[in-house]
Amino acid sequence: MITFDKTTKTYEGNVTAVKGVDFTVEKGEIVVLLGPSGCGKTTLLRMVNRLESISEGKITIDGQDSMSLNQTALRRKIGYVIQSNGLFPNMTIEENTMIVPDLLGWSKKEKKERFHKLMEMIGLSGEKFGKRYPHELSGGQQQRIGVIRALAADPPVMLMDEPFGALDPIIREKIQDEFLQIQKEVKKTILFVSHDIDEAIKMADKIVLLRGGELMQYDTPSEMLVRPKNEFVREFFGKDRAIKSLSLHTIEDLRDMIGLAEFDDAIADTKTINVNHDLRNTLSMLLNQEADQVIVSDDDGNKLGAITIDIVQQYLHYEIKAKPAPVLEGV
Amino acid sequence: MNKKKVISLVVRYSVYGLVALFFFWAIRNHYFDYIFTESSTFWHLIKQHLQLVLVSSVLALLIAIPGGILVTRKSFRRAEWVVSNTVNLGQTIPSLAVLALMISILGIGFKTAVFALFIYSLLPMYRNTVAGIDSIDENLIDAARGMGMKPVQILFRIELPNAAYSILAGVRTAIVLNIGTAALAYVVGGGGLGVWIFTGIQLFDNGYLISGAIPVTLLAIFVDYLLRLLERLIVPEGSKPPQEM
Ligand SMILES: Nc1ncnc2c1ncn2[C@@H]1O[C@H](COP(=O)(O)OP(=O)(O)O)[C@@H](O)[C@H]1O
Ligand SMILES: [Mg+2]
Repeated sequence: MITFDKTTKTYEGNVTAVKGVDFTVEKGEIVVLLGPSGCGKTTLLRMVNRLESISEGKITIDGQDSMSLNQTALRRKIGYVIQSNGLFPNMTIEENTMIVPDLLGWSKKEKKERFHKLMEMIGLSGEKFGKRYPHELSGGQQQRIGVIRALAADPPVMLMDEPFGALDPIIREKIQDEFLQIQKEVKKTILFVSHDIDEAIKMADKIVLLRGGELMQYDTPSEMLVRPKNEFVREFFGKDRAIKSLSLHTIEDLRDMIGLAEFDDAIADTKTINVNHDLRNTLSMLLNQEADQVIVSDDDGNKLGAITIDIVQQYLHYEIKAKPAPVLEGV
Repeated sequence: MNKKKVISLVVRYSVYGLVALFFFWAIRNHYFDYIFTESSTFWHLIKQHLQLVLVSSVLALLIAIPGGILVTRKSFRRAEWVVSNTVNLGQTIPSLAVLALMISILGIGFKTAVFALFIYSLLPMYRNTVAGIDSIDENLIDAARGMGMKPVQILFRIELPNAAYSILAGVRTAIVLNIGTAALAYVVGGGGLGVWIFTGIQLFDNGYLISGAIPVTLLAIFVDYLLRLLERLIVPEGSKPPQEM
C-alpha cells in the first residue's frame, strides 16, 4: 500500500511539478498516473523510490514514512521499469535480470532458478537468451526483460514509467496482455505512468488524472469515463469516451443484461467471436465487415447467438449511459 | 563493397611491398649494421626509450583516468570546465616552452624528458575517459540508481565497463604517440633511440638514422597491436562498437 499525503514537489527555479497530491494505492492494485505531457507523472513516480526528493507532504509505504527508510534498501524493494528499458549493454540478459538479487546477495543457484522461472513467465527460453546481450534482442523482448528484471527479487511494489511507450502498437497490446496475466499471479502494488488513454483504461484498476501537478480525479476507469468530475476530465477522455468505456465490458456482460440475437445460419462466411471479447473490439469488428452480424461462441466453440451493431448500441444506452455507476467487471 | 575490398587489398599489399623493398635496400646498404656492431649501445638506448615511455605513460595513466572519473562525478560536474580548460591549455603551450621551463627546474636529463612526455600523454587519456563516461545513456544510470545500486557499484559495474572502449582507445593513442615523441628526449639529454636518430641527422649517416628510426617505428606498431589485443580482452562483449563484433 502506498499513500500520498499532500505530496508536493518544487524543482529548483520554482517549478512546482506536483501540488499537494493525496491518494492511496491499495495492495495488489494497478494505479495508472495519466495526464498530458509535463503534468508531473514521472516526478510523482520518482518520489516514491526517492530518485526525486519530496518538497512537502509525505509518501508512506505500508504505513512507513518513505523518508524514514534506508534509501538503498527501499529501492531494492521497489521494482523500477522505464520506457527505454535501461538494460546494461555490458551485461548478459541473465546478469541484467539478476542485478537486484545479486545486490541482495542471493546464491548462484537461487539466482539461476529465479532467472529461468522469470523467463518462463514471459515465454522466452532462459537457455537460449541467458548468455545473449541486450542489443541482440528485439525491442519488445528487451522491454519484457526490463519488466522481469524489476520483478526479480519479488518486490511488493513496482514503479513503471511508460514501460511500453516506445513499442509499436501491435507488440504493445501483446505485452500489455501478457503483463496483466503476470499481474494476476504476482499481485504487485503498481504505479504505472501512461499518457495513453486506451492503455490507462486497459491496465488500470484506478486512474489518477493529473493536470499541472494537481490531481483532477482518482477513480476507476469506468467511473471516470461515465462520471467525470469536471470539465478537464470530460474533455481529456474526449467525446468518444462512451465508446472507450465499451472496452471495459465483454460480450458476456451484454449477454447477461440484454441477451444476444438469434443467429442466421443462412448467412455463410459469418465470423465468430469469443464471448469474452470486449465490446469495443467487437464493435470495430462489426463496423469493419460486410455482414451485419457476428456469431458469438464460448470457449468450447458452442454457438451462443449473434451480435449486431444494434445490440451493442442498446447496451451502450442502457448499461453505460443510463446507469449511474457501472460495475468494473472483466477489466 | 567488393570494389572497396579490392582497392583496400591493393593498397595494403603495395604498402607491404614498399616496406619490403625499403628493408631490402637498407640491408643491402648495411644501414642496420650498427644494431649488431654496437649492439650493447643499441640495447641500452632501447631500454632507455622504453623507460621514458613506460614511466611517463604510467604516470599519465594514474593521473588522467582517476581525474576523468572524478570530474564526471555529480558533485564535481561544475568543476569540469576548469579542469578541461587547464588540461587543454597545457596542450597548447609549445613543446619547446615546456621543455625550456622544465630544464630550468629539473635540469637536463631523464626527468625532464619524462615530465614532458607525461604532460603530452595526459590530454588524450583524460579526454577519452571523460568522453567515454559522458557518452553513457543517462537512463542507464537512472535505472541503476532506481534499482538500489550505490555510486561505487554504478561506477565499477556500469560506467567503467561501458566506457572501457573509449578509455582504452585514449590510452593506446597516447602511448603510441609517446613512443614516437620519446625520440625527441635526446634534445633534453633524456637518451633513448633519439640519440642515434639525431646523430645520424647531424653526421649525414643513414646507418645511425635508420638503426634508430626503424626500431622506434616497429616498437610503436608492436605496442599498438598489443594494446588492441588487450582492448579485446578487457572491453565487455556487449559494449564493443558494432563493427568490431
Ligand atoms: N529535474 C528537473 N528540474 C526542473 N524541472 C523539472 C525537472 N524534471 C521535470 N521538471 C518539470 O516538472 C514538470 C513535470 O515533469 P514530469 O514529471 O517529467 O512530467 P510528465 O512525466 O508528466 O511528462 C515539467 O514542467 C518539467 O519541465
Ligand atoms: Mg514522464
